[in-house]
Amino acid sequence: MNIHEYQAKDLFRKFNINTSEGKVFESGQDAEEYAKSLNSNEYVVKAQIHAGGRGKAGGVKLVKTPEEVGSTVQEMLGMTLVTHQTGPEGKVVNKVYVENSSIIEKEYYLSIVTDRSNEKNVIIASPEGGMDIEKVAEETPDKLLTQPIDPVSGIQPFHIRKIAYFLGFNKDQTKQLGPILSGIYKLFTEMDCALVEINPLISTDQGEIKALDAKINFDDNAEFRHKEFVDLHDPTEEEPLELEAKKWGFSFVKLDGNIGCLVNGAGLAMATMDIIKFHGEEPANFLDVGGGASVEQVTQAFKMILSDQNVKAILVNIFGGIMKCDTIADGIIIAAKEVGIQVPLVVRLEGTNVDLGKKILEESDLNITTADTMKDAASTVVSLI
Amino acid sequence: MSILVNNDTKLIVQGITGSQGLFHATQCREYGTNVVGGVTPGKGGTEVEGFEVFDSVVDARKAKGANTSLIFVPAAFAPDAILEATDAGVELIICITEGIPTNDMVSVKKVVDASSSTLIGPNCPGVITPGEAKVGIMPGYIHKEGNIGIISKSGTLTYEAVWQLTQLGIGQSSCVGIGGDPIIGSTFIDILELFNNDPKTEGVIMIGEIGGSAEQEAAHWIKDNFKKPVAAFIAGATAPKGKRMGHAGAIVSGSSGSAEEKKNVLESVGIKVSPSPAEMGETLKSLL
Repeated sequence: MNIHEYQAKDLFRKFNINTSEGKVFESGQDAEEYAKSLNSNEYVVKAQIHAGGRGKAGGVKLVKTPEEVGSTVQEMLGMTLVTHQTGPEGKVVNKVYVENSSIIEKEYYLSIVTDRSNEKNVIIASPEGGMDIEKVAEETPDKLLTQPIDPVSGIQPFHIRKIAYFLGFNKDQTKQLGPILSGIYKLFTEMDCALVEINPLISTDQGEIKALDAKINFDDNAEFRHKEFVDLHDPTEEEPLELEAKKWGFSFVKLDGNIGCLVNGAGLAMATMDIIKFHGEEPANFLDVGGGASVEQVTQAFKMILSDQNVKAILVNIFGGIMKCDTIADGIIIAAKEVGIQVPLVVRLEGTNVDLGKKILEESDLNITTADTMKDAASTVVSLI
Repeated sequence: MSILVNNDTKLIVQGITGSQGLFHATQCREYGTNVVGGVTPGKGGTEVEGFEVFDSVVDARKAKGANTSLIFVPAAFAPDAILEATDAGVELIICITEGIPTNDMVSVKKVVDASSSTLIGPNCPGVITPGEAKVGIMPGYIHKEGNIGIISKSGTLTYEAVWQLTQLGIGQSSCVGIGGDPIIGSTFIDILELFNNDPKTEGVIMIGEIGGSAEQEAAHWIKDNFKKPVAAFIAGATAPKGKRMGHAGAIVSGSSGSAEEKKNVLESVGIKVSPSPAEMGETLKSLL
């Protein structure tokens, strides 16, 4: 789960990670009043959406007076920002963040993530800040330091020295880096983050080290022990269908193709998308109904798939392990009747009670094509559109 | 021979009085697995469906000599369950539970690595040695005794591969679901090592998916160490970047972890990659 920059910066302040003074607004007038109170000679106005590349898209502006802060905030509110991460439809700006401007001397990169190869949380640092870090990793890997942190001993002084030397910090800058590193590590572990990223971390003309941007991503699995995740969640940033799917207990990702997919298991669901492509068409979605889908869930899944106007056919691929095929077949029939499926429906069932399941489907008065194998199912559904 | 589970397996089920735990304990027993009891704290001394229930893993181990544990405890308590089994010295711990926070697994993994226990999972279907023991949630009947090992990050896609082999008349030595989470107990390499040393296993199907670099690391290890033919499939070629595809670990970030990248690395070391998920069995057969 992603959160906004202003929320991430609030958490930074809570964990003593140095960042500029700032506040989020939903009206230009309030922002103007606030800017007056800051009494600065330059302000940064930043549109709050869950996507990178805001600067290029006109979502980050530098202005000189509180009046300009007010008018810029007002302009940004309701604006649709299109960046390389939003997709062509863009994202609507509902909140705008205002902070004191900083005079940047140099930009750095700092983040913490779980590294699967190391099986530890790692701090990643680079003197090349403000850039796409994946590009740095690819083109100049020697400018990237990956420091694993042992879960038992945590952050040690030598970690801070090592990273400071790597970034070329002087003594005073190193002293400032300590609380920042300890802070992001504490934030990462206590709040169950999947990513804490500062890009850029800057040194200012005043000799200050601070976080100019802030990105935090939480581990969805830890939601059960963080009630605050609910408050930090902005549902307007999510695909409405994906949110709906979550409520029903299955995973759904909308895609651009014409063939809707309903599958049990994440791996098989991905493989089903792949085989549709292999046969020359594109999947309209990823949908994993999980291990023990009920009739109600199957019905909801069909509704979700059919709400996409691009869907011209549906492929159901179920490998009933412990789940019985006849139960699934019953579910498909009830769901199909309730939802009123108008597009071709191809069903491939395998696993426990498969013969009974197929018989139920064949004896129904619905227009269902059954297939024996994944290959048959994919080639059949592709031929029907 | 086989790997991990066999006729000597003495299984306990942690969380046996829950609906999932009890259902699958019964299924494992029906397959022929020696299920010696279960653990639910506070319910020791009772019995459920003919299974003896113990308060702790230590008690179950003392009373029954359990050497393997299968975990169905909810995600919030599963790390504790794994650590309890590790503390009790259980040789093999298989955790089915889905949704354990990654940070918990970072700590758990460190403790398990420093112990004599082997952990499989979490978020996995378990392990089966056809004809001997089923320790997991896979449907038993699709399997056939034989000589091909399977290692996979996915549940139902593993069943698909097993079924394709069985339909071709090719049996399996052991099938291991390692799980789709970012931090897992045993990696592709850990299991490949076991298959390498298992005289019964004559070839392996390895099923990976997008996200991380475990498949690439396995490919390099196979090139230097593995003596048997390997067929592979990587799920998620059509997955968009930056989206989590069901499994917590199945996410492509930037150019890293894509199906294309994994496929290229696997092929560069001579592993035959199935072009479609419908041809995993055929691809393996072509190597025998």
